[in-house]
Amino acid sequence: MAKNSPSVPSGEMVVHARRARQSLSVVLHLKVAKATMTHSDQVEIFLDALLAMDRVAAKRALGGPTPADARLDVVERLVVPSLERIGALWERGEVSLSQVYMSGRLCEELVDAILPPSDPRRVDQPPMAIAVLDDYHLLGKRMVYSVLRASGYELKDYGTLDGDALVSRVVRDGIVVLLISVLMLPSALHIKRVRESLDRAGCRPFILVGGAPFRFDTELWREVGADAMADTAAEGVAVVRKLLENLPKGHRA
Amino acid sequence: MTSLERVLTTLGHREPDRVPLFLLLTMHGAQELGLSIETYFSRPEYVIEGQLRLRRKYRNDCLYSFFYASVETEAWGGDVLYTDDGPPNAGQPVIRTPERIRTLEPPRVGDCACLVKVLEATRGLKAAGGDEVPIIGVVMSPFSVPIMQMGFEAYLNLMFEQPDLFEHLMRLNEAFCIEWANAQLAAGATAICYFDPVSSSTIVSPEHFRRTGLQVAMRTLAGIKGPVAMHFASGRCTPILDDLPRTGAAVIGVSMLDELAALKQRTAGKMALLGNLNGVEMRRWTPQQAETQVKAAIAAAGHGGGFILSDNHGEIPYQVSETTLLAISEAVHRWGTYPLDPSLERASAPPPKGSRS
Repeated sequence: MAKNSPSVPSGEMVVHARRARQSLSVVLHLKVAKATMTHSDQVEIFLDALLAMDRVAAKRALGGPTPADARLDVVERLVVPSLERIGALWERGEVSLSQVYMSGRLCEELVDAILPPSDPRRVDQPPMAIAVLDDYHLLGKRMVYSVLRASGYELKDYGTLDGDALVSRVVRDGIVVLLISVLMLPSALHIKRVRESLDRAGCRPFILVGGAPFRFDTELWREVGADAMADTAAEGVAVVRKLLENLPKGHRA
Repeated sequence: MTSLERVLTTLGHREPDRVPLFLLLTMHGAQELGLSIETYFSRPEYVIEGQLRLRRKYRNDCLYSFFYASVETEAWGGDVLYTDDGPPNAGQPVIRTPERIRTLEPPRVGDCACLVKVLEATRGLKAAGGDEVPIIGVVMSPFSVPIMQMGFEAYLNLMFEQPDLFEHLMRLNEAFCIEWANAQLAAGATAICYFDPVSSSTIVSPEHFRRTGLQVAMRTLAGIKGPVAMHFASGRCTPILDDLPRTGAAVIGVSMLDELAALKQRTAGKMALLGNLNGVEMRRWTPQQAETQVKAAIAAAGHGGGFILSDNHGEIPYQVSETTLLAISEAVHRWGTYPLDPSLERASAPPPKGSRS
């Protein structure tokens, strides 16, 4: 992490957010409209603040001190839909990866402030982990990690590993949901060996994959033995959420 | 026409005898010679022989003196990680903290054995290819190479949070990039491919590009003493297309995420297009699918010249088979001959989409 944080909104980013969303001016009316503000207005305001990389506005949009039992609700009502929208905008080419990354990081910081990692109100979940296979390009993993944590989940960050080391860690930690990020095609193809080794070890985690090769070949995830792929970090959260909803209680931590 | 004449004609926005084909193959030369990828790139003679064999086999219209992207970070003192089935990758970042940028000095090309090897290969290709075939050299853009120099996340943080250090790094990288490009031109490269994925709208917003990547490209290309193709390595360029002539680039390498026909309409007579076959998906194409994709690309952008058929990333994956590459070559020879077959107007490629779980 860098020492500084993105607290100063860049003018150009504001312009871009306006073009992409055409609703940035709503921010100016935040205070007066708060009393009658609808849920979708709140999402719009928070979203625009994220795209403009404006930490102050984003924090303000999340609202003041939240009662302890309503904190996860704030995350689910505002943070998750906003990140999902940003993911969809990126997929359509309307926002850039740098905006997706910076908004994920900003959300992670904001959510950590109201819902610390040890808070029992974070989502009830089985052991999850994320790793980058065979590569030092960590940005994709970082974005998914941020967005999952900003959505209230906790997961182990394995960093960069080769296939054998990844299998050992997954077996040792009893991982139920494994997210694998790759940049290069050969790394994507190596996931097949990871799956085979896990099978031999009698370990059958749900494997969710993401990264450029999967975006350019939408059949590749099946070929490598994954259970799902996600184009964006927010899509990854949606897959995890759906999976956990359908998971028997006994599989949870 | 020779390959060079064909390429020059299309770059002049006129129709040559057929659409030129740039199969941007790097590692396939190792397969031709029966060598591992690491051994293949260990000697310039291997790369020369590999490129010449590939050109003969696939009737390619260029020789590609590119070894691998991380050769540049190797020059800056970084490690290169070899694998059996993919391009050598950059190891741990050489810039571990932003403060390191303050004392960083660009390497001199002549002092770096890894770069000298590329120059020797370029000279050998020039000696063998003469004036018949263009030799395409490669540089990483000063704006994009920091992904390998310091890691993507650290670089984005630098870009948005430490503008002074970012600017300082750009100046260092620009000096290196210009020297490296001109050394390749002096060794016999016909043109330079300037890989700049970070400038694509996939990575930074168009507004940010105009303030940063565009300025870097304008300064850098002004120092390069030869023609340049600006390539976004699979990233989208449609939103910034109108800015690109200011860089001085003659050719734009476009993504399969961009709509080729629309780009062609906007660039006709101004900039040539290079692209945009999907290299990742190409791995599992049948010969029929290869033909369909080639026809669709030629239909979208071939009319009137100004188009070179290629992949959309600037490097075809090692896993793409000889059968597929031959099918692509056959298809461009069949369907890319000018005047184009009127039936091509109806050709279109199906979008590759499927469910994700």
